[in-house]
Amino acid sequence: MSDFPFLSVLTVAPLVGALVVAFLPRSRPELAKQVALGWSLLVLALSVVMWVSFKVGGERFQFRESYSWIPNWGVNFTFAADGIALVMLMLIAVLVPLVILASWHDAESSKRSVPVYFALLLVLECTMIGVFAAADVFLFYVFFEVMLVPMYFLIGSYGGHQRQYAAVKFFLYSLVGGLFMLAAVIGLWVVGGKTFDWQALSQVDISTGTERWLFLGFFLAFAIKAPFFPFHTWLPDAGGAAPAGAAALLVGVLDKVGTFGILRYCLPLFPDAAKWFAPWALALGVIGIIYAALLAVGQNDLKRLVSYTSIAHFGFIGVGIFAFTTQAGTGAVLYMVNHGLATGLLFLVVGMLIARRGSALISDFGGAGKLVPVLAGVLFFAGLASLALPGTAPFVSEFLVLIGTFTVNKPVAVIATLGIILAAAYVLWMVQRTTQGTLNPALTQIDGMKRDLNLREKFVVAPLIALILLLGFYPKPVTDVINPAVQATMQDVGRTDPAPTSGGTVQEAAK
Amino acid sequence: MTELKLPSIDYAALAPTLIMLGAALLGVLVEAFVPRRLRHVVQLTMALLAVLAALTMVVLAADERKITIGGAIAVDGPTLFLQGAILVLAAMALLLIGERSVERGGAFVAQAAVTAESADDRRQAEGKNGLTEVYPLTTFAIGGMLIFVAANDLLTMFIALEVFSLPLYLLCALARRRRLLSQEAALKYFMLGAYASAFFLFGVALIYGFTSGVPGRPAGVDFATIDAAVTNSPASPVLLFAGMALLAIGLLFKAAAAPFHVWTPDVYQGAPTPITGFMAACTKVAAFGALLRVFHVAFDGARWDFTPVLGVVAVLTMLVGAVLAVTQTDIKRLLAYSSIANAGYLLVGVLAPGADGISGTMFYLVAYGFSVLAAFAVVTLVRDADGEATHLSRWAGLGRRSPFYAGIFTFILLAFAGIPLTSGFTSKFAVFGPALEGGQAWLVIAGVLTSMVLAFPYLRVVVMMWLSEPGESTPTVAVPGGLTSAALMIGVLATLVLGVAPAPLLDLATGAAEFVR
Repeated sequence: MSDFPFLSVLTVAPLVGALVVAFLPRSRPELAKQVALGWSLLVLALSVVMWVSFKVGGERFQFRESYSWIPNWGVNFTFAADGIALVMLMLIAVLVPLVILASWHDAESSKRSVPVYFALLLVLECTMIGVFAAADVFLFYVFFEVMLVPMYFLIGSYGGHQRQYAAVKFFLYSLVGGLFMLAAVIGLWVVGGKTFDWQALSQVDISTGTERWLFLGFFLAFAIKAPFFPFHTWLPDAGGAAPAGAAALLVGVLDKVGTFGILRYCLPLFPDAAKWFAPWALALGVIGIIYAALLAVGQNDLKRLVSYTSIAHFGFIGVGIFAFTTQAGTGAVLYMVNHGLATGLLFLVVGMLIARRGSALISDFGGAGKLVPVLAGVLFFAGLASLALPGTAPFVSEFLVLIGTFTVNKPVAVIATLGIILAAAYVLWMVQRTTQGTLNPALTQIDGMKRDLNLREKFVVAPLIALILLLGFYPKPVTDVINPAVQATMQDVGRTDPAPTSGGTVQEAAK
Repeated sequence: MTELKLPSIDYAALAPTLIMLGAALLGVLVEAFVPRRLRHVVQLTMALLAVLAALTMVVLAADERKITIGGAIAVDGPTLFLQGAILVLAAMALLLIGERSVERGGAFVAQAAVTAESADDRRQAEGKNGLTEVYPLTTFAIGGMLIFVAANDLLTMFIALEVFSLPLYLLCALARRRRLLSQEAALKYFMLGAYASAFFLFGVALIYGFTSGVPGRPAGVDFATIDAAVTNSPASPVLLFAGMALLAIGLLFKAAAAPFHVWTPDVYQGAPTPITGFMAACTKVAAFGALLRVFHVAFDGARWDFTPVLGVVAVLTMLVGAVLAVTQTDIKRLLAYSSIANAGYLLVGVLAPGADGISGTMFYLVAYGFSVLAAFAVVTLVRDADGEATHLSRWAGLGRRSPFYAGIFTFILLAFAGIPLTSGFTSKFAVFGPALEGGQAWLVIAGVLTSMVLAFPYLRVVVMMWLSEPGESTPTVAVPGGLTSAALMIGVLATLVLGVAPAPLLDLATGAAEFVR
């Protein structure tokens, strides 16, 4: 089965689905939803088969396919997945059906075409899969940029308050980063001897000055995408305005392209520049952790609050990547997955809460747990996962990042740990103000608040809760896939792990 | 007294030009002898057939590489490629020009001599059939452009410049509505164009002086002589530099490069929209074809001298186009500034050394031509009772009223913004790649930075169309006739195909990227 062209089929399948859904009559919204859901489940099934056929401990890049595209420029449709890409693809495949299910009634409130909403979600899935599956720098860039278009329309057409502003800001920020990357892509192509093949390019020797400039071009694009402090200002706007489902994908997957890009492109292609810039990147990460967490504490808008928590989490991921140890790197990648699950869940639950109340402001809630106990419970769980409580998946990754960083850079690890305390503050305070305490009398007047989670919504949250708990107690299946890929990446950078000072506990934890 | 010898003329190599000019002359006769009601059909058919015939001749001559008529015309890869491009784009423009069902009587005035804003004018605007002289005029212009990209000496180039410019000045003045604006545009274009021609001619004179005294060669303005003189003329290099500068002014004016761009927004706005599309696509091809030939063939030896100066012009052009596009409120002016910025990107390609620069520029010209014609085709469709509704605020909510055309326009705008899977991205890559390879990183960085600025106005239009609610005054989109639909579909499909599968055209451009000397 390993000869099956998984990656290209996975990339194209959602696009075909999107075309089918888009041409369904506008008068049959239910059909469009069912087809979209069915299609995304099909993609999930195929992804599971791919996961199973991935040989753990085999070659670094598997499922490699290559077809000629623009021979004049040496551009190929080359797909290949390493462990890092594989887990991200799996994350996408899991999240998209849940998001479609969660967004069942989202598009109807906007007076716009329902089939188009679900078609856009499927187009987004196509570009997201493509961007993680590409092993050709040109192809990666194409997906990286095209990804903006469906997201732009999801935010701009179906979003909430200030959606136009948020959509344009999102698009322009990303485009600016993308264009810097374009210059660097062309530069890389020129110094690399007119090829875009990732494997060929990773062998090229680049002079120090050029390497640093090219690194900066790529890094800037990824830092905006991720986003790292100080390029983060678009995310709270976009996350706050996007419909909850799209926001879950935006923060859960789309932003991971930034951190994934750093791991796949910045480190292996420009190892010396990466080492040279690492202190700066670490500083950005640490500042992001603290700064975004402080801002999150002060938010009164639920979706903006979740967006800020994500920026803090991206700080952790950045620190994990630039610590250059296998534990920290594995932790960072695992964090990317866990954050997708935990924040995805948080966004979806918050979306359900907002849909019921008709307002995203925390001050409009209060004691909601008395009316919708199950929903409040899920929100509490999602919050705990988000603050990395032991037993939930994010704990494992956050812990790995911190110990991996501590072995090489104590001050950074110590400051980053403060972020955990702040995380407890913003999550618990948010939960307290929305679902605990005395019941806000205004809530009892709203019909929506009388309905707890229905069956559809339970189906949305249950798989995510299960995965978060499963990976919290038993992350081995995922770390086994991630670990070799991260080790290979660290070898590309030319860093080896420091010898453990007190026994093998640290190494054990990474396994 | 030397004996006058007639140069040998290779008629087959000249066939495309001869066909177009012949058709133009026939078109004048048609105006005189064919009854009025038949003229439109006859003229349009004849013009399209002529373009088709000329295109066939270009394709048949694809492997021809020669210099003919005593060194006046060079038929080589770039000539044929660019002639083909001009003819294909001109065919699209002719379809737009020939459209009569979107607006009763077409986009052109019925009688150019009627005083603007008079009662007669209002009557003619109400649906009398437009002038049919536009077809011979357009055909003349196409013929001139075909010579322009093939000219192998400066005098031929100058004559070709005039042959294609004069009809354009006239065509600009023939809008059916808002005639004062149209006439003003034509006058501006004519006056400034006349200045530019004078600069060009003065430059020719200086270059002629520079070439005299080269051992073993008579003075002349053919490119081989100039090329020889650049490396070993005893004359002062001041002549060369001044001549080059004046020539460049003449050519950059046509190319709409800053600081010689000021006519562009006014003319693009005032001219009848099909003509604006024709100018934006075909004139650009012709002007950049000539720039390529002049700087790659005649002045190649002075590359180190002109590159910094033209580089500054390119950066300025990109900047002016991008920054001023942000402030525009009229869609035609916005597209005009976007075309100025694109002229800057094209200049980056012209300055990139070697065959890759030439092929990249040629690819860009074709890709941009298709997109811009499609863009103007959409502009002709968005209208209200007073004709085209070009003010941007009027486009609010267009996506709700007619999602199909708004979708098409969005796609074209994304192409202009350089989003991958559109020709806008591949063509930017085609010029930036060779430029970076040639060590002109600063031009590429300027290009990238201005692309960011330029994305904003495009995005603003997209926001207008899709994210704003339609208002009372949101115009309807007219159902296009077959001609406009055809042109629109060709443009959009080409924008998509050249973005997704650019390899065939790139192959063609790469194979054609060598000048005969």
